[in-house]
Amino acid sequence: MSESATLAESGAVKPSLWELIWTFNQIALASFGGGLSAWSREILVVEKQWMGEEEFLSASTMCRILPGANQINLAVFVGAKFGAIPGALAAVFGLTLIPVLIVLLLAVLYFQFHNVPSLQKILHGAAAAAVALTLAMVVKTGRKCLHGPVPTLLFLSTFILNGVLRWPLLLVLAIVAPLSLIWAWPRPKNK
Amino acid sequence: MKTWLQIIMLFGSLSLLSVGGGNSVLPEMHQRSVNEYHWLTDNQFADVFAISQAAPGPSILIVTLIGYKAAGVFGAFLATAAVIVPAGVLVYLVSRFWEHAARSPIRMAIEKGFAPLTVGLVLATAYVLGRSTDHDWRSYLLTAVCAAVFIFTKVNPLIVVAAAGLMGFLGWLG
Repeated sequence: MSESATLAESGAVKPSLWELIWTFNQIALASFGGGLSAWSREILVVEKQWMGEEEFLSASTMCRILPGANQINLAVFVGAKFGAIPGALAAVFGLTLIPVLIVLLLAVLYFQFHNVPSLQKILHGAAAAAVALTLAMVVKTGRKCLHGPVPTLLFLSTFILNGVLRWPLLLVLAIVAPLSLIWAWPRPKNK
Repeated sequence: MKTWLQIIMLFGSLSLLSVGGGNSVLPEMHQRSVNEYHWLTDNQFADVFAISQAAPGPSILIVTLIGYKAAGVFGAFLATAAVIVPAGVLVYLVSRFWEHAARSPIRMAIEKGFAPLTVGLVLATAYVLGRSTDHDWRSYLLTAVCAAVFIFTKVNPLIVVAAAGLMGFLGWLG
């Protein structure tokens, strides 16, 4: 953990409600075409340094396991960390308000005029870049946590089971998560 | 009024059923909103799905579109709130527990052990997304070039995404 000591871990960071709203709004707006998870990391971990890499990754996995939309869950999680209930509300509000208005506008356009072809073309290009941003996140986070054969094996088996074979998330986690925990359980000897 | 209740009940229950993310309840959402309540047609459902995927923000906002079709602007906000609140409360409670467990072995094990697993899930996401959005060699090439830019340079990702959108707009991606 020492190498990833962040502003957040030193307790130096305490974003206000406005900062939470604004930051999550930024994450949401950046993610047109997709890649919301990669954008969350880009802004929360890299730019703002509100969370360490490991804290971010484990929080995202818990937010995947729990019911609900992953990124909204992450907003609740991060918002609550900094500002309890008002913080959670602010983060969710920031993440969803403008997108809801945009989606509403698109809904009106779509149901009145049916198709917006140039919009689809733009999104096609943006989506290709969003996939790239997600791939880049794999490389950047992988460099930090995939040291040695065990974590690499955990990483590969999760990818193959969930991505290539398309096994349901819960089944994959039921197999891989216990192995991960056994591997990562703190051992006094090593400390 | 009846429609409002149906919206609250449907999306509120889907909120708690959507283990693993919003996509896991799409089949149920389709079944109820198209076949049972007839709020929209099959084709419209496919189209609002595409819109929600590509629009900025969480893709669960497909419920905003369905709520709009079912009961106008108020329906849109109602559906959005209904899908967020139940799961949000649950996550809030878990996050409080997490904060209290700050130095416990279980939290340390989860933080360290789930990291490689999460990177695997993120790669799985990129793989699945890439297969559904990249249709021919041009979009694969664009994805590869963008990924190289993100990994090896410090260019603001937003500029790259906007440039890729522009290339799509100009018809360079077929």
